[in-house]
Amino acid sequence: MTYDLKLRVWRGDASGGALRDYTVPVDDGEVVLDAVHHLQAREAGDMAVRWNCKAGKCGSCSAEINGRPRLMCLARLSTFERDEPITITPLRTFPVVKDLVTDVGFNYRKAAEVPAFSPSAAQPQAPFKMAQIDVERSQEFRKCIECFLCQDTCHVIRDHEDNKAAFSGPRFFIRYAELEMHPNDDGDRRQLVQQERGLGLCNITKCCSEVCPEHIKITDNGIIPMKERVADVRYDPVRFFRRRQGNPS
Amino acid sequence: MTDHEHHAYDVVVIGAGGAGLRAAIAAHEAGARTAVICKSLLGKAHTVMAEGGIAAAMGNLYSEDNWKVHFRDTMRGGKLLNHWRMAEIHAQEAPERVWELEQWGALFDRTAEGLISQRDFGGHRYARLAHVGDRTGLEMIRTLQQRTVSLGIDVFMECTVTDLLKDGDRIAGAFGYWRESGRFVVFEAPAVILATGGIGKSWQVTSNSWEYTGDGHALALRAGATLVNMEFVQFHPTGMVWPPSVRGILVTESVRGDGGVLRNSEGKRFMFDYIPEFFKAETADTEAEADRWYEDKRNNRRPPELLPRDEVARAINSEIKAGRGSPHGGVFLDIASRRSAEYIQKRLPSMYHQFMELAEVDITADPMEVGPTCHYVMGGVEVDPDTGSSLVEGLFAAGEVAGGMHGSNRLGGNSLGDLLVFGKRAGEHAAALAAGSAGAGSAGAGSAGAGSAGTAPKPQEEDLAAAGRRALAPFETEGGENPYSLHQTLQATMQDLVGIIRTEAEMQKALDTIGELAQRIEHLSVEGHRQYNPGWHLAIDLRNMLLVSEAVARAALERKESRGGHTRDDYPTTDDWWAKRNVIVALEGGAVTIRQQPLPVMPPELAKLLEVSQ
Ligand SMILES: Cc1cc2nc3c(=O)[nH]c(=O)nc-3n(C[C@H](O)[C@H](O)[C@H](O)COP(=O)(O)OP(=O)(O)OC[C@H]3O[C@@H](n4cnc5c(N)ncnc54)[C@H](O)[C@@H]3O)c2cc1C
Ligand code: SF4
Ligand code: SF4
Ligand code: FES
Repeated sequence: MTYDLKLRVWRGDASGGALRDYTVPVDDGEVVLDAVHHLQAREAGDMAVRWNCKAGKCGSCSAEINGRPRLMCLARLSTFERDEPITITPLRTFPVVKDLVTDVGFNYRKAAEVPAFSPSAAQPQAPFKMAQIDVERSQEFRKCIECFLCQDTCHVIRDHEDNKAAFSGPRFFIRYAELEMHPNDDGDRRQLVQQERGLGLCNITKCCSEVCPEHIKITDNGIIPMKERVADVRYDPVRFFRRRQGNPS
Repeated sequence: MTDHEHHAYDVVVIGAGGAGLRAAIAAHEAGARTAVICKSLLGKAHTVMAEGGIAAAMGNLYSEDNWKVHFRDTMRGGKLLNHWRMAEIHAQEAPERVWELEQWGALFDRTAEGLISQRDFGGHRYARLAHVGDRTGLEMIRTLQQRTVSLGIDVFMECTVTDLLKDGDRIAGAFGYWRESGRFVVFEAPAVILATGGIGKSWQVTSNSWEYTGDGHALALRAGATLVNMEFVQFHPTGMVWPPSVRGILVTESVRGDGGVLRNSEGKRFMFDYIPEFFKAETADTEAEADRWYEDKRNNRRPPELLPRDEVARAINSEIKAGRGSPHGGVFLDIASRRSAEYIQKRLPSMYHQFMELAEVDITADPMEVGPTCHYVMGGVEVDPDTGSSLVEGLFAAGEVAGGMHGSNRLGGNSLGDLLVFGKRAGEHAAALAAGSAGAGSAGAGSAGAGSAGTAPKPQEEDLAAAGRRALAPFETEGGENPYSLHQTLQATMQDLVGIIRTEAEMQKALDTIGELAQRIEHLSVEGHRQYNPGWHLAIDLRNMLLVSEAVARAALERKESRGGHTRDDYPTTDDWWAKRNVIVALEGGAVTIRQQPLPVMPPELAKLLEVSQ
């Protein structure tokens, strides 16, 4: 069943812009990204938007739909009121390039700061022996598709440009957590993440977990355990030592 | 050199999927100043979408598995048209390349002994695919991306290459534009590696993204290199068919590897009716035997649902044509009635997610509806198996854009291994070539060194000007056609006339349409300005899509038999004459030309491995 959908899309660039109203024929069962594509093909050929997989796997099509950070390719039209317009705006936390495309370079700079995986002295050379149960915690974080929706929603940087220099954001807190929990990694990045990557600025509002399309429990399984481990290394070296020996106290 | 942004490197890699990143790492480690260029953001290349796994005969679950069995499976899956040397190198080196990913931080699923787990896939004799749930490509690209970044390799993202630059017969660099600003950029380099992936965006129902416009195939042709096996396009048997917005999106073969079966509208497991002679000896002929195989591979033969993809896609096509399809024009893929909900969610989390969110189907309770989707191109740049070098000095290719490895049909899981094995080799050999041609950006000298030493190839000023003019042409025309509608016409043409089942008359018709479209793209108009303008980008990509579509149609017309990913209604069987021939595509004087070339001769000790031993 085809019907006319009202879309309000932010059009503009770094120098400014505004919401523009469109009406576009769509089909039942389509997603917001389809509507955007129809619009491009019919009347807005130069409208900038990122996408690749159209299946929630690549994390390219992030935008704010009716104010909520979401993937456009997973936002089914059937979940919206038919007569209400759907408003699509670019991610607010990052500078606009054009229309729905923002400059997400912030995230790539934070990624470059992460000290790489470093195998332990016990097993320096792959193939490693690691049990499934031990890799699972880190595997949860490696599901991240780098859509940066969590980064976009985090209030520490959403409206505080000045915090950006010293705050890596939830996506990278789970990257540090992943390395920390990797069964065969030797590095210790806890001081670093606390003192220089801004873990301390996070006050566990959990907004990041709520928007994650991969349903990664960013706060419960990543940030909070990291904060505990940081506390360990800072206040109780003995307990930390015991924990590292595989004796959870 | 003109007023364009200008960079000089030893090795420039075009593409940041598995092949491109692995090549860049290898070139960098060999001491070359290396750059990677990609159309999307880093980490978003097609490789990220791969689901099932990486085929590598590590023997973690079946100690009987080794490179020889993998070689045999690959060759038989490709109906013996593969370049034997590529299949051999691939089977031998894939395990090392997988362990290397682990060395760099990848976390594969584990066996009970703590080794890398391996799963069953079509055409592979043993459980062989290293995997992480059904998001293996994500693990692979993230690992390579993180390695690339930590090595400090320069990455130019959202930058599209439109032309290769030459100095006489040698490669001298690449010309492109930044998507964000539309400004031009010139890369000077004595070695360029194409790692641009596939061509599927020229078909309507496809698992491929906007990036798959065959740029690398077209760039290679224009630079004077040749393509091989272009008639072989893989239609993956299981794409989603409903709702329309997800038509073509992939349903991983792991569903069948993990126990899922195909049924028609009568509830019948129809694949038993479609076992070809070639695979009879190794395929179960009763449901009971097929079901036992999942537990006991030594004493049972594989289920027919796990035949190579070309066989399964044709079977599904026939069932649908015979009126035994599902309500939305596919067939049923059922794992719900065969495995527990817990098992399905654990093994196939991303499929579970995909069907739940996009189709409101719970795959632990109901069957999926699936049908063939354009997925992969076996054809690509003709390369030297050991080095990845094309016929043009300085031009290399690796990954999906390279041809030969998969013959007429690729086995699932063999692409990801291919990317790593041949990406590494291309990177190393490109670096060696660059080291031999002192000059442009040579190690340590920085861009100031460009042109100082006698032998470095130099891009020609007039080529840069011409490349710029070509790219900007769509802005010059007023009131011309919309690139989006032209693209739709091309997709419909390739889908209807150069699809799974082909005939001479239909392909002739396709070529007529392609010829007409080639005229019409000269008069495209785009709105707006050069800054991040998808309409303009599409107008540029269409040039490549048309050239590559023509290459496919002409090669397909030439091969008068049916084999692997090339099925002709007018020549329905395989043919011994064609079993020994490749079709080679070139561009001569602006026209696509076709020629036949004998297959390379396989050494007898490898030929012996091909016999079926059950
Ligand atoms: C949904 C899906 C699932 C799959 N599952 C599996 C699987 O389980 N196992 C398996 O083995 N294979 C699988 N495949 C196939 C496999 O993923 C691909 O063949 C493989 O990832 C291709 O890798 P690549 O490195 O050659 O190219 P890609 O990963 O596609 O990368 C191409 C790169 O080239 C860049 N590029 C292209 N043109 C230009 C240009 N003009 N200028 C600059 N840059 C350019 C792109 O931006 C991109 O970075 C799957 C494919 C799909 C679509
Ligand atoms: S929990 Fe922390 S990281 Fe997540 S959104 Fe809140 S403040 Fe940001
Ligand atoms: S953690 Fe989730 S929300 Fe954040 S970038 Fe990764 S996938 Fe996106
Ligand atoms: S397009 Fe890949 S996540 Fe939406």
